[in-house]
Amino acid sequence: MYRYDGYDHQMLRDRVAQFRDQTDRFLAGELSDAEFLPLRLQNGLYIQRLAPMIRIAIPYGMLSSRQLRKLAFIARHFDKGYAHLTTRQNIQYNWPHLEDVPELLAQLAEVEMHAIQTSGNCIRNTTTDQFAGVAVDELEDSRAYCEIIRQWSTFHPEFAHLPRKFKIAVCGTAIDQAATQVHDIGIYIVRGPAGETGFRILAGGGLGRTPVIGQEIFDFVEKPHLLSALEAILRVYNREGRRDNKYKARIKILVRETGVELFREKVHEEWRRIKDSAMTLTDAEIARCKAFFEDPDYAELTDKPEALTKQLAKDALFSSWHQQNVRAHKRAGYAIVTVCMKETGVAPGDVTDQQLEHIADLAERYSFGEVRISHQQNIILADVRQEQLAALYRELQSQALASANLGLLTDIICCPGGDFCALANAKSIPIAEAIQRHFHDHDELTDIGEANINISGCMNACGHHHVGNIGILGVDKKGEEFYQISLGGSSKNVASLGKIMGPAFAQEEIPAVIGKIIKVYKSNREPNEKFIDTYRRIGMAPFKETVYAKAD
Amino acid sequence: MPKLIKDRAIAIDRWTLLKVATGPEVLIAIPGKNLIVPLRFWQDYAIELEGYTGDIGIWLDSDETVSEIGDALGEFPLIALNFPVFADGRSYSNARELRERFAYAGEVRAIGDVLRDQLYYMSRCGFDAFSLRHDQDPDSCIAALDDFTTGYQATVAEPIPLFRRR
Ligand code: SF4
Repeated sequence: MYRYDGYDHQMLRDRVAQFRDQTDRFLAGELSDAEFLPLRLQNGLYIQRLAPMIRIAIPYGMLSSRQLRKLAFIARHFDKGYAHLTTRQNIQYNWPHLEDVPELLAQLAEVEMHAIQTSGNCIRNTTTDQFAGVAVDELEDSRAYCEIIRQWSTFHPEFAHLPRKFKIAVCGTAIDQAATQVHDIGIYIVRGPAGETGFRILAGGGLGRTPVIGQEIFDFVEKPHLLSALEAILRVYNREGRRDNKYKARIKILVRETGVELFREKVHEEWRRIKDSAMTLTDAEIARCKAFFEDPDYAELTDKPEALTKQLAKDALFSSWHQQNVRAHKRAGYAIVTVCMKETGVAPGDVTDQQLEHIADLAERYSFGEVRISHQQNIILADVRQEQLAALYRELQSQALASANLGLLTDIICCPGGDFCALANAKSIPIAEAIQRHFHDHDELTDIGEANINISGCMNACGHHHVGNIGILGVDKKGEEFYQISLGGSSKNVASLGKIMGPAFAQEEIPAVIGKIIKVYKSNREPNEKFIDTYRRIGMAPFKETVYAKAD
Repeated sequence: MPKLIKDRAIAIDRWTLLKVATGPEVLIAIPGKNLIVPLRFWQDYAIELEGYTGDIGIWLDSDETVSEIGDALGEFPLIALNFPVFADGRSYSNARELRERFAYAGEVRAIGDVLRDQLYYMSRCGFDAFSLRHDQDPDSCIAALDDFTTGYQATVAEPIPLFRRR
């Protein structure tokens, strides 16, 4: 993974010193709340319902064992012993004290980590496919470009006060796992006219109140011009994005109100002016960044070793975990393991200090000392030898990390909701838990197959409910918590936004409603048809009928 | 009187800021000053301004663009860019455009809600003068220009991005 040099380290040290000073001035009353607000936000610090919350950046989801141990240390010393994986490849702590935050940041800086631009109206952490570099269907590893974008966007002086937050995702695989099309900028690595790889760039995607799929702004940008293309989009947005209404300030609204043709024209006009400036990427810089993501020292192995086939035949639990949580790797004899952090009874994405340390050890022993976290709030060991899968599984079991529900109905994506978040209309974690309890039978879950549920506690859509096959949104009905259900969302290649099914439900009704939805799917599906495909074929009507049928 | 930092030092302000675009009679009321006038004022009273005895600079609000000044840009020794609130980031783009696209070499001054914690970014975008909000401490503001030792991007202050200097 990327390693800091003297320059990167210096920048983090400067940042920690700057924030220490800002915090001191705030605590001494020299900075007003309003003035401290964007400063702390650009350092990932929110004031939450119960305590400050700090969000740490995990650039494009990559973490080393050393960093995991530091995160565990922070969970223990600055929090109540756990951390929370977010839906944007970040990690959050819910209980630090404001006056401790500078020290917490200094601790992070030791392991090349920070909270820079994890919130606020600036360019946020760039995200990518959690299988980048090991996926079988990859055109090119996206991580070097993510790093290039990370550096370009970090403390970009022109774009520190955008109309609104700004999120970029990069995808280099055929199957899009990065929800690329619903980002402010979505970048696909594609082949150009001469067969060389470059970028197709979309803008104006996003979730939140007005969900939209991004529109193509560049059909093909050659690699050297990546940064100027991004800068052109950002400049037009910085200038023209609406600042009069926070709910209309995202770039998606600008693209819509300007019209995509005119918006594209403005961006291209800007781009022509800056395209051949010093920000043109050099081959040397691309090569330098790529070198950080070269393959580890893989052994020459073969697929399906005997040790594995034997264990699979012998151990049914292992075999079902293998079926759900293990994916093909580009190298023979290796596998990608997703540790599903969705144990029933634990808030989705929550992880304890001990689990973090345990995963750090496992990564060292089984996967070259690195992990990734995914926007589905899970942790990935990307380079595990197939012959060691059974041993790894047993170790995961011993720490309650072996849930075999990856991609299944109970692998729920869920925002912190009303238990933690000041903006929430309703709780979301207890909803996830109630659904997990309702569907506790593993055979039933595997029979239902791939179907995902996303839960957000309010319209801000941190749980990405619009792209859940089943989306659940907390709404406020005369001071009471209700939940609106939508069907048919997907963040995959054929991205789509869910449609609201009908009137909202009370909290206790939800598990039964999901049960009915699943029943309709099961009685209508064709052999091997996934939930989303059945929905797309039969439409909303049958679901609606059954769910809202009067019990008589 | 607002405090001014220019070229990284506390400076005496030899300019008078005309905050609102009133009528041309103001030119008679305050003769012989160096005046920073709103863009609209310059557009409306170009003829009256010709006869004025002091220097003239223009200030742009955050929703106005440099191209509205057009070819006349080079005639002005100073362009001021307004921050109606510090969180309005449009003037950063205007500053870069002034310096990079129009190669403007005069003074680029930040006016309005100009606060210590934004100065580093402003200076990287090409501002070289800062008319501080009244409550700001000028010495700590000068120090803030060095909050960071270096940055990654190609900017006005450092046109070669870090990746070409590593
Ligand atoms: S979706 Fe709403 S409730 Fe959930 S974390 Fe985001 S802002 Fe908070």
